[in-house]
This record gives sequence, structure tokens and C-alpha cells, in this order.
Amino acid sequence: MRLTLAGVSHHRTPIELRERVAIDLDACRDLAARVGGEAVVLSTCNRTELYLAREEHAEEEAVRTLAELADDRGAELAAALYRLRDEGAALHLFRVAAGLDSLVPGEGEILGQVRTAFEAGSPGPFLDRLFRQALHAGRRVRLETAIGESPASVPSAAAALAQQVFEDLRGSRVLLLGAGKMSEATARNLVSRGAEIAVVANRTLEHGEELARRLGARALPLDAVAHELAEADVVVSATSSSDHVLSSDDVAAALRTRRGRPLLLLDLAVPRDLDPAINALEGCFLYDVDDLEAVVAETISGRRSEAARAERLVEEEAARFRDWHASLDVVPTIASLRALVEEIRDGELAKAGGRLSERERRHVESITSQILAKLLHLPTIRMKEAAAAADGVVYADVVRHLFGLGEEEPRR
Amino acid sequence: MLVAELLVFPALLAYGEAAFAYAGELRGPGLAGRLATWGVRLGWLAQTALLVGQAVSAEGFPWGTWAGSLNLFVWLVVGAYLIWGCTPRYRLLGLVVMPLAAVLLALAWAGGGTAVVEGERSGPVLAVHAALMLAGFAGLTLAAGMAALYLWQERRLKRHDRGVLKVRVPALGTLDRLAARTVVGSLVLLTLGIGFGAASFERGDFDAAMAVTIGIYAVYAALLVLRHEGWSGRRAALLNLAGFALVAVVLPITHFA
Repeated sequence: MRLTLAGVSHHRTPIELRERVAIDLDACRDLAARVGGEAVVLSTCNRTELYLAREEHAEEEAVRTLAELADDRGAELAAALYRLRDEGAALHLFRVAAGLDSLVPGEGEILGQVRTAFEAGSPGPFLDRLFRQALHAGRRVRLETAIGESPASVPSAAAALAQQVFEDLRGSRVLLLGAGKMSEATARNLVSRGAEIAVVANRTLEHGEELARRLGARALPLDAVAHELAEADVVVSATSSSDHVLSSDDVAAALRTRRGRPLLLLDLAVPRDLDPAINALEGCFLYDVDDLEAVVAETISGRRSEAARAERLVEEEAARFRDWHASLDVVPTIASLRALVEEIRDGELAKAGGRLSERERRHVESITSQILAKLLHLPTIRMKEAAAAADGVVYADVVRHLFGLGEEEPRR
Repeated sequence: MLVAELLVFPALLAYGEAAFAYAGELRGPGLAGRLATWGVRLGWLAQTALLVGQAVSAEGFPWGTWAGSLNLFVWLVVGAYLIWGCTPRYRLLGLVVMPLAAVLLALAWAGGGTAVVEGERSGPVLAVHAALMLAGFAGLTLAAGMAALYLWQERRLKRHDRGVLKVRVPALGTLDRLAARTVVGSLVLLTLGIGFGAASFERGDFDAAMAVTIGIYAVYAALLVLRHEGWSGRRAALLNLAGFALVAVVLPITHFA
């Protein structure tokens, strides 16, 4: 069985071409079924890849299928496709699952996307083994390295900073100023870590109410937020205001009733919404967009250094898959050998059957079974080892010849 | 020199290694931190064996001298640190604790506090008193370590240090809460220790050491009261360190000078 992969990704193919072959999960399912045999389609915003396991003509089939998706730009797409086989294709999938081939190294979303693609695909025994091992490799990388621990975007860095101040965000109250996309993305990151969005304040109250409803919060007009500061733990501000929405005096007044509780303020707006003098107040930590982007840049560089460790883990897993793949060459021979010796044993037991009591027969059966298992154990291991070292076919031929496997009437 | 006495050297070596490795952890988390944690564990085991050797050989309480007390004190501090220090998030507390532990153990060794000798016969009440007081002060040392880590992390957050998410440190809220809890636990031990000491107290025994101990007790009790009134975070950390300055500077002078 040969493994073939054809695909496009953000590395070499521009979005204008990638979007022609970007398909949703249902389309991935249909496509895998239509291609026939063992097939899995992985399609995300950064890549579309088709994995096939078959004996021959797989590459042509994969290229033709993807080119058809691109319609009138099929020829252009076919030229842009990368094509990998066997060990190279497996290693590629393992790197993808571990997030090592992603735009941001170590991002965790891809592992879930690989799992979903696998579940929606049409895997047989070969692709089943490949994808399960890829998922295992992805999980190992996340568990054994710190590649996925640091945030890779401004909203996730904002949420991670909140955890640096409060640790457990459960019960932390968030005050959201502005109802735009940035506010919402940051709010969702905070909510995913346990925080509660208490208030959404916006200049246009209707927009604020809409977001507040989605986040389970109260909506307020922007000029009423100063009164809410005393109860808040995190303030996220991303309005389009040209003036400061909160002054240092507003925050200083709120601090008097906070009994020393710290306050984290995240100013994601340009021009800035929050008076920079707030950072000088005791217990207040103010971060603007530049500060957060600097933190993200630093953590991404940390991810790159962890990537070297992750690559080693992925290579280990790929080697295990290669050994398994190679052992497939000798598996039919091992199965035939075992079937042959079982047949001989059964025949001899049948001959002696009349001379033995029931108890004696069971005893002899047990002993002969153990003898055969022990005799065949080492040859089986050696054949699998030889297969991993590329001598498997030679060993298999020798065993088939010595034991007459596959002959019409082996000598018994 | 008995074999047990030699155990101070692996303990010193391991504590020293841990102190250096924690500095490495600061530059980049990973292997250095794991090496440091193993240094702490192995050093503490070696020191435990040394203390057992001392206890077995001595007829009474073997840590009655200033150097002996220091030896036991270091063991208690490192033991208390081990409760948290093995988890990655609390590793950097070791950056405060382990250099101190290594230096103090070296001092204890130089002062003869790690020697295995026949000790003076002392009553069990006095031994329990000394052990409880040392455990209490060990807890206060750890609380001071947390306060120092709090101030360091707060400074990084205030200054928008680019690497603030790269080096794993407990959250400010956690450090503040843990330091306060450790002070409460230490005060309980000190209260018990003072109680045992009072049992063998005779009129005319009151001296400067007792006065300073009660002063330290009062400072930490005030810290807890003020915290309850809203003095948390930076101010609590500073008061914690001020209290520890009394422990570190005044207590040795009054007790052992």
C-alpha cells in the first residue's frame, strides 16, 4: 500500500488560488467518498490536502481531483500542488497535526481540524493508522513541549496577561468598552478562561446591547462606565473615540473603594482610549496595543525555539509509522507461517485424538500451543525488524521458500 | 569525621546547582528548571540523611547552637519550598529560596552546625520549642520569598516587560494569597513554639531575644490585620519584607551573638 499526498498551503500558494480549493467539512466528506478507496481531505483556511492510500495511480488521481475543484484555474493549481509519498507524506501530516507547518508555529486549532477531517474522511486500515498516529504526535507535542503555551495573537495575549495578574479568571468581572470585533475577540478569549463579561459600554447603545446579549452582559452608554470601575477586574477598551474614554482621575477615584484589588486595563484602540498616566497608579496595569504586540512577538520567538524539540518528537513518531508501514511487507508471510504450523498441529492432534483422554488432550493442546508460540516469536520479531531495515522482502521470500508457503502441496 | 558528616557536601553541591539552574530557568524555561528541581530534591534528601545522622548520634537536641539551628532552619525552608517548588509555575520561587539556602548551609557548616557530635542533654519541651520556632521562621522566610517574587513580577508587569509571558511565574493574586496563608501558618507555629517556651519559663528569664521574637510576632500579626483592612498586593509585600528583615537581621544577633 502506498501513501500519496497532494495539496496547497499558505507556504507557496497565494490566497486567490487557495480559496478555489477551500471547502467545508461536508464537501470534504463528499469528496473523500467520491474519490473512492482510502481517502481523507483536510481543508482549512491555510491549506487543502488530499491523502490517498492505494497501490497505484494515486498521484494522478489526487492531482486531477484537486484541479477539478479549482475549475478554470485547474492547470495553475496543478502546477502549485506539492506532492509527497509514503514517509514524506506521513512526516508532513505529523508536522501539520503538531502545528509545525502552521502560520503561527504550535497553534492548537489545527489538531482539531485534522481530527475532524479524519472523522469525515473515508479511511481504511492504512489511513486510520496514519491519522491516529498523527493525532497522537500532535498531542505529544502539545504535552511535552511548551510550543502551544504562549499566546500568538493580541486577544489571547490580553487574556494570558489577565491570568498573570489574577491566575484563575473564574469570577473575574470584565468591563468592555466598545462593541467592535477586537473587543469581542478579546472578550471571548477571556470568557474561555472563565471570566465573566459584566458590562458592554458603547457610544451607540444598540450595538452595545447586541454584543451584550451575545456575551450575557449588561449594556451601558460609554459615559456611564466610570461608576462600573470599582467592581471590574479587567477593562478592555477598543472604541473609535478620538479622546480618552477613561482618565487617570476616573480610575484613581475607583481605586479608593477597591481595597487593594488589582485592575488590568487593556487599551486595544488607536488612538488610545485610556490615559497612559493610569499605569502609574498603584495596583493598575495598563497595556496598549504596542505593548501587547511586543509581548506576542516575544512569545512567538519562544515558540520557534520550542519548535526544534517538537520536530524531534514528530520525527520519532514518523519513524514508528515507517516501521509499521515496512512491516506490512512481511505480515502476509508471518500470517501464512502461523497458519501452516497451526494446520500441522491440528492435524497431529487429530491423529492422536483417539489415544488420549479429554484431560490429556487439553494438556497436549496447551503444551503444543506454547511450544509453537515460543518457536515463532523470535522469527516474527526478526522479520519485522528486517522489514524496518528494508530487508523484509528478502527475509519473507526466504521464509516462504523454506516452509513452502503458497505452494500447492507444501512438504509436511 | 563520620560518614554522615560528609553528607553536607552533596547537599551543598545540590543546593548550589539548583541556585544556578534557577538562574538558567529565568533565561529560558525548560531543562534548567528540571535540573534545579532535582537539585533541590537530592540536596534535601542528603541534608535529611545528615540530620538523621546527627539526631541518632546525639543524646539530646543536636541543633542547639546557632550553626546547628541554621542547619535545621535551612532544611525546614527547603522542605517547605518543595511543597510548591516542584510545579513548573512555582519554580522561580527557588530563585529566591535556593541561593539563600546554599549560603546559610555553608555558614552552618563553617560554624560546625553540621558536625555529628554528642549533644547536650536537653529536655523534650525545649527541643519542641526550638523546632517549632525554627519551623515558624522558615515559613516566614518562604513568605518573604513570595513577597519578593510578587514585587519582581509586579515590576515586570508595570514596565511592560516583553518576556512577561515567557517566564512562568505564579500570578500576582496567587502570590499575595499564598504569602498571607504562609504567614498565618507560621504564626500558628510561632504561637505553639512560644507556648512551649513559656512552659519552661522562669521569672527573670525574659531577655532581648524574647522581646525581639514577640516584636516580630506583632509585626506579622499587624500585617494580617492590615491585609484584612485592604492592604493587599504591593503594600502587603513590602510589609512582609520589612518583617523578614527583623527576622534576618535582629533575630540572629539577639539569639546567638
